[in-house]
Amino acid sequence: MSQNTKEIYHDHIVIRLIQFSLFWVIVAMAVGVYLAAEFIWPEIDFGQFWLSFGRIRPLHTNGIIFGFGVSALMATAFYSVQRTSHVPLFMPRLAWFCCYAWQLIILLGGLSLLAGWTSSKEYAELEWPFDIAIAIVWVCFGVVFFGTIANRRIRPIYVSNWFYGGLIIVIAMLHIVNNLAIPVTIGKSYSLYAGAQDAIVQWWYGHNAVGFLLTGGFLGMMYYFLPKQSGQPIWSYRLSVVSFWAFTYSYIWAGPHHLHFSAIPEWVQSLAMVMSLVLLAPSWASMINGIMTVSKAWERLRTDPALKFVVMSLAFYGLATFEGPMMAIRSVNVVSHFTDWTIGHVHSGALGWNAMITYGTFYYLVPKLVGRELYSTKMANLHFWLALAGTMLYVLSMWAAGVSQGLLWLSIDEYGQLSFSFREIMAAMSSYYGLRLIAGLIFFAGTILMTWNLFMTMRGQKTVEVTPPPVAEKYRINPSPKPAADHTGTEVPA
Amino acid sequence: MNGIKLHKKLEENTGLLIFGILFVSAIGGLVQVIPSLYDESLSTPTANTRVYDAVELTGRDIYIREGCHVCHSQQIRPLVAEVERYGPYSRAGEFAYDRPFLWGSKRTGPDLHRVGGKYTDIWHEVHLLNPRAVVPESIMPAYPWLFERNASQAGNIKKKMQALKRLGHPYTDDEIANAAAALDGLLEIDALVRYLQMLGTGYDESMNDMEGM
Repeated sequence: MSQNTKEIYHDHIVIRLIQFSLFWVIVAMAVGVYLAAEFIWPEIDFGQFWLSFGRIRPLHTNGIIFGFGVSALMATAFYSVQRTSHVPLFMPRLAWFCCYAWQLIILLGGLSLLAGWTSSKEYAELEWPFDIAIAIVWVCFGVVFFGTIANRRIRPIYVSNWFYGGLIIVIAMLHIVNNLAIPVTIGKSYSLYAGAQDAIVQWWYGHNAVGFLLTGGFLGMMYYFLPKQSGQPIWSYRLSVVSFWAFTYSYIWAGPHHLHFSAIPEWVQSLAMVMSLVLLAPSWASMINGIMTVSKAWERLRTDPALKFVVMSLAFYGLATFEGPMMAIRSVNVVSHFTDWTIGHVHSGALGWNAMITYGTFYYLVPKLVGRELYSTKMANLHFWLALAGTMLYVLSMWAAGVSQGLLWLSIDEYGQLSFSFREIMAAMSSYYGLRLIAGLIFFAGTILMTWNLFMTMRGQKTVEVTPPPVAEKYRINPSPKPAADHTGTEVPA
Repeated sequence: MNGIKLHKKLEENTGLLIFGILFVSAIGGLVQVIPSLYDESLSTPTANTRVYDAVELTGRDIYIREGCHVCHSQQIRPLVAEVERYGPYSRAGEFAYDRPFLWGSKRTGPDLHRVGGKYTDIWHEVHLLNPRAVVPESIMPAYPWLFERNASQAGNIKKKMQALKRLGHPYTDDEIANAAAALDGLLEIDALVRYLQMLGTGYDESMNDMEGM
């Protein structure tokens, strides 16, 4: 059993987290499609409380963000932090605890949402017992991640790790502060903050959960996997430094743009608006860095479906991070706020950016992890077009719905009377809601195709054992426990 | 020392990197959020705003449980069309006893901040049992289970009021002691309607004079 003493990367946990991520994306997207159908046939909850829109909508958002998103981020963070540190995971058992404890939280948390346990705060709906559990698992995630970095054998900490690190630290801060509450019973608590102050704290959290998880976390994924997939180094190191710190500094101010024209102080709204516009620069800096990195490998787009997904995701990332600051301008927000435009905006980010970059990364990573070609490249290409068509149709239908709602709600006739009643405007939305359901079904079909494809790729395969390659003398730090004798850096089939 | 050199230090030291991220990301919150928590104009109730009584509080928690806030906002913006459609725009002081706030982010249905008194109790009951019976175009779900459960089943009202009292809501000991009795014989639907009917009643005309409108 001399094999046991050989130092290898902990990649089995990466595969398991990818499997969980795929499970949650199927569940949470199915719920999303069902929600879209309830807009057209409101009776399809059959009078069952646990199918009621108000309860399953947070199940959809939490399932996607925390089930699909965080599992994918944990998987890719664990994978890349080992490679960029040239050392196996720190405390692998704790990493396994994070993996399973997190899934248990999502499962039980999801059921608790159906039972009506909710704090009502968007993306922080889970009640206090789950909040405590999340905080514990998150700290463990941080220990494994930063422990691995502290053990690294190469002096610089690579760019992707700054973004994953930002994800871990900032989300911990936001989560703890926003969820402070006095428990009443196991499933009910009252927020420490009230009214307008509660609103300010919640959107400081809500906006930055999007910022540091769905934007920053996935940028970490981009900064590691895009250079790997395109075979090119990151275009500009300087740009990544500037964009990281500018991003971390300026994102946090933008939250109150969710509260324009509400009963919070004007200065808070104005500051949030200005900082939202500032945010455009660091957001686009990362997009430019990504696009320029691929620019020497365009020909790969003809043959590599994984890279196609990642490049398309950067386009949607650019779109969503431009649209966001525009919607944060008060005179635009007056139209977009409270409408389906917001839903469209979120989905251009969630489908176009988060899902697509994750799908591209999975198509690249899974074959590598199990040492076998992707089961079907054809299927992956078909998936690409389904994903693109689904996202476009979704975003366009919600733009049309949102802009109509916003303008019609504000419309006043020549006598100073409202031009339309609320119900007239609502009834006019039905065809857009129909299109949205079709869009969701198309995107969902692609996701099922991918899950099948990846499952067939993984089936019956063992995780490839990879040994940390030696580090060049110049960059060496914390030398390996034993000399790098047979460490050639090549993958050894199991 | 220029920025890139400073960054080089951070990217070679795990502890410094952690501290750097925490420090840089905390600034915004310290400048923007913390002062708001000490801004008394946001936490002082308006003259007509009072704490929710036992029945209203129960109704409010049912509103939260069913996720009504997912499709209905409670925040009227100071715009001509909104004031005309929904009533006087929302003031911070009206939400002083709202834990959590329920302003919402989406209006699939209309805003509800001033819905109190706009419809009769029986209208609300019919509407919640079968929305399309009173609003044919409605896409709101029906809530039949609210008509089957007793209001006292929707959580421990005494404990709730005690928790809120600890957070500074001025409940008297008598009110807390009599809370459970106040729910006797009521269904969840009754509590919810009572809550809906008191929404927006924190407003009074003097607010307009105060702000020179």
